Amino acid sequence: MDETTAILVSMILAATPLLFAALGELVTEKSGVLNLGVEGMMLAGAVTGFAVAASGYSPLLAILAAALAGAAMSAIFALLTLLLLANQVATGLALTMFGIGLSALLGKPFVGIPLEKLPALPLPGLSQIPVLGPLLFQHDAMVYLAFALTLAVHLVLTRTRAGLVIRAVGENHDAAHALGYPVRLIRFGCILFGGALAGLGGAYLSLAYTPMWAQGLTAGRGWIALALVVFATWKPWRVLAGALLFGGFTMAQLHAQGLGIAVPPEFLAMLPYLATVVVLVAISRDATRIRLNAPACIGKLFHPDD
Amino acid sequence: MFRLEPRPHPSTLALLASPLLAILLTLLAGMALFAALGFDPLKTLAAYFVAPIDSGDGLAELTVKATPLLLCAIGLALGFRANIWNIGAEGQLIMGAVAGSGVALFLRPENGAAWVLPAMFIAGALGGMAWASIPAVLKLRFNASEILTSLMLTYVADLFLRWLVNGPWRDPDGFNFPQSQMFEADAVIPPLIQGTRLGFGFLLAVVIALGGWFLLARTFVGFQIKVIGLTTAAAGYAGFNKSRITWMSLLLSGALAGIAGLNEVAGPIGQLTPSISPGYGFTAIIVAFLGRLHPFGILLASLLLALTYLGGETAQISLGLPVAVTSVFQGMLLFFLLACEVLVRYRLKLRRH
Amino acid sequence: MQGVTPRLALKGITKQFPGCRANDGVDLTLLPGEIHALLGENGAGKSTLVKIIYGILHADEGEVIWDGKPVQVANPAAARALGIGMVFQHFSLFDSLTVAENIALGLDKPGRMAELSQRIVTVSQHYGLPLDPSRPVHSLSVGERQRVEIVRSLLGEPRLLIMDEPTSVLTPQEVDRLFVTLRQLAAEGRTILYISHKLEEIRALCSRATVLRGGRVAAACDPATTSAREMAELMIGSELTAPCRPAAVDALGEALLEVEGLHTTSDDPFATNIRDAHLRVHAGEIVGIAGVAGNGQAELLSALSGEVPLPVSAMVRICGTAAGHMSPRPRRRLGLAFVPEERLGRGAVPEMSLADNALLSGYGSGGLVRRGLVHFRKTRKVAETIIQRFGVAARGHGSQARSLSGGNLQKFIIGREIMQKPKLLIAAQPTWGVDAGAAAAIHQALIDLARSGAAVLVVSQDLDELFALSDRIAVIHNGALSEAVPAAELSVERIGLLMGGIFTQDGETEGAGHVPT
Repeated sequence: MDETTAILVSMILAATPLLFAALGELVTEKSGVLNLGVEGMMLAGAVTGFAVAASGYSPLLAILAAALAGAAMSAIFALLTLLLLANQVATGLALTMFGIGLSALLGKPFVGIPLEKLPALPLPGLSQIPVLGPLLFQHDAMVYLAFALTLAVHLVLTRTRAGLVIRAVGENHDAAHALGYPVRLIRFGCILFGGALAGLGGAYLSLAYTPMWAQGLTAGRGWIALALVVFATWKPWRVLAGALLFGGFTMAQLHAQGLGIAVPPEFLAMLPYLATVVVLVAISRDATRIRLNAPACIGKLFHPDD
Repeated sequence: MFRLEPRPHPSTLALLASPLLAILLTLLAGMALFAALGFDPLKTLAAYFVAPIDSGDGLAELTVKATPLLLCAIGLALGFRANIWNIGAEGQLIMGAVAGSGVALFLRPENGAAWVLPAMFIAGALGGMAWASIPAVLKLRFNASEILTSLMLTYVADLFLRWLVNGPWRDPDGFNFPQSQMFEADAVIPPLIQGTRLGFGFLLAVVIALGGWFLLARTFVGFQIKVIGLTTAAAGYAGFNKSRITWMSLLLSGALAGIAGLNEVAGPIGQLTPSISPGYGFTAIIVAFLGRLHPFGILLASLLLALTYLGGETAQISLGLPVAVTSVFQGMLLFFLLACEVLVRYRLKLRRH
Repeated sequence: MQGVTPRLALKGITKQFPGCRANDGVDLTLLPGEIHALLGENGAGKSTLVKIIYGILHADEGEVIWDGKPVQVANPAAARALGIGMVFQHFSLFDSLTVAENIALGLDKPGRMAELSQRIVTVSQHYGLPLDPSRPVHSLSVGERQRVEIVRSLLGEPRLLIMDEPTSVLTPQEVDRLFVTLRQLAAEGRTILYISHKLEEIRALCSRATVLRGGRVAAACDPATTSAREMAELMIGSELTAPCRPAAVDALGEALLEVEGLHTTSDDPFATNIRDAHLRVHAGEIVGIAGVAGNGQAELLSALSGEVPLPVSAMVRICGTAAGHMSPRPRRRLGLAFVPEERLGRGAVPEMSLADNALLSGYGSGGLVRRGLVHFRKTRKVAETIIQRFGVAARGHGSQARSLSGGNLQKFIIGREIMQKPKLLIAAQPTWGVDAGAAAAIHQALIDLARSGAAVLVVSQDLDELFALSDRIAVIHNGALSEAVPAAELSVERIGLLMGGIFTQDGETEGAGHVPT
């Protein structure tokens, strides 16, 4: 594999956790809910996946456990915001803080323990294609899953009735309620989906990307995923593009040395965060675009009996 | 099954009782957590919440920990009241500490001068303010969410600090540890009462809390903040200048966080290190909510959350309890608080079907 | 009509809410093929009754009998399965989705999109309400949006169609077209339950009417033989008094509001921008602006109130001073007062007390704010004065704004503005959703203010209100403002054409006075 392909592959790998988390949050937001707890849910998935794998269970079980952990965390958020009508912003923040603390606590026994990386699954035939083969078809299962999910989310949202209903609920929850749709149940499902995918994103970090567990492993990727959803104007394919772009930024630190760039490592590490700010500013300037694409009810309180 | 029925007006009883209920629930959940970790619930609870403050030294230590929480939370609360979500107080705290340390390290008059400390405080405030002005500009000019921008900048500030103490500001005589030189005596905050750690910072924080109360309750600016937060269309109708209030609240919370940061490095720590705050800027968010965004409540809440920090340290030393329990406690407290909040505006009724 | 089984019969329907009895022993009989009016003031219980029929609410007592058999309507889906359709006053539409998607969401078995689109085209054309299934709803006018709601109901093959205040958002010509459709439906044997307070329309359309008052059936009558005045008195339960209006002013005072070449732009893709508007309002006169919602009223009002500043200052002059670039605060100093369309959430802060809400727009005068500090004793006094002078039913200055009824809150807001002794008062939908008693008081207050020398501008969808108040009337359509013509020279017909966008003289063919045909 030559230098360029290696860099591109590393971009894809760096993009994967962002892609999972952002896709999940996209579905949540499409239904009208803003869940800022992505960072906490990712950490929950990361620590759970690592703990299960390091205790000797199969990687598949670890991945499932991670998804469940993320979903469980998001269920707390759902309970507070859907049933108890708590402020979504504050609850999301609480979820993040709780997730950071809980994962640090539960992960203590696993710090420093080595783990075998998720095995790569080269796709037969496809992986032999020159150039594209090593680039796209020699990854581990989770990378394929992330790409498959991008397609699936796009198809479900645009072509199926379920997707139509989700979009309707996010657009005008009062109208959806008047038409008889169970707004809270639909949102609950979307929140759980978002949680599960965030958990998978975190698990990718601890099972395949590094693989290891350390406190605060996600280093803000959950927040970057939130910005990605806005940047992508809530469209799955743009989320993929954004994730790849950010994957590139997180890789800068690693490859800069190889490319002979003499910038202090701390500044290179700042790149993804600064890039997020820039990207957010660029997309937010276009208020018209945001109005047209953002789910109109996002973050608004819904009380069926009001 | 239950259903929630809106109350005609918010229940005053619930307003006062919900924070207390949340605290009670957190303590119960905490005891369950201790038990799950293999510790005796009641003994651990005592070690956590009672032991740290059963001495004068302990109380002084409590105020030391409460000071940055109180300072940050007042500023944050004013913003939250106006629906401005500054989540980057931690980053503003760091930059305030950096700015103040810069003064301490590089402005060394021949004979110690009395103006060094005040200059450091001003630098701290300005540093925090400058860092907070970035999300302010981005929000006002480009409509970018201040939640995400202020948070991203926190990561940037943390990395900047690390670069400083590992690189240009590293103490040449510091055995290669990432830390700056110790500050000279005139650049360190003297204790208020000799022999204790009770600092001037706490006094300042209490005065600021009083000022915050006055601003909200009695001034027209405070009225504008409240209207903007409650009903933004009414604020537009009334002709209130939302941009000015946004600037004011972000810069003020940045300045207060910066002072908090400076207070940490010039007081308890005495030098610039890579970890000057165990997340005070984030915990201050919980303090603000627990205190119901009201300066007096925030004063009490800051003491309580300071206790969780102290308790974590004490319990770790005396019982070996992992220090990460503190953040779990704090997260749980916010959850329970948000859950109990519902009782203020809604009544619990049994569904009749 | 002996021996014909009623389509729907309600017997003794009672529904209690905390604090009020919305329906009290209501009986109602609907026959196949009839268009039946349900009359009543706001708060009389019409919405509740209809929600019970449609399954959104359940009655505490009473029976619902459908085609002769007692039924339990558990929810709207069950209602639709029985053959009951409903077109609400407030549409359940999704702006960013297409017509077909909106309709699909409202159907229990939408089927495939392609077939559904075809059915939409067929049905909508058959009933004279053509629709293009692929258009996004945000690009439709209000009248077209109502068609989406109606077609959605019709696709369910309803045998009873309930229409809740359908004409409040239509021009007179659109009303005519709707009536043709409704008569066609009735001729097919369907029953129409027509809720409205537009008495002339009911007299033209409906064969029977039931009047609700205070939750009970006050009367049943035959609209053809009952006059509008008699029906109104049945609704209110007392004699009507028209607002006292002295003769029109001959000599006009100076122009206190001058709008010249007003253009607005907006980031919002759903906004209607104002194009080249001209208007003058003089001291002592009331000018009305008619128009269906969504034609630029909100944008015009924001440009006048200062909530959206204008690039060219001279576009708006208040009392002679160019004010286009000013925000609301300096405009109020020039003498402007404004009553917005949204009471709670714009004209008043719901969670704040009346005293605090008095401060909301009154901070510039009366010494309520001095040197940055609020004088709370003064705000309380101002609130008390407003409550007493304008007859606001509230427990005191400490009551929260949201605890007041719509009419009382509106009286408070208008009182607050009038007490600032404005030179120019702009009021948007001043009596929308307000009971008749409060509406009369509000109209009188506006007339008195104008006669005392102020200029008053009223923007409203209610033509009756505009004719009762205005000296001159202009019409807004799609962001364009017509000339303001003396009310006496205007017919409802002509206004209807203007509201439909026809600004030339050719539109006027019938004589003065318009009754729906």
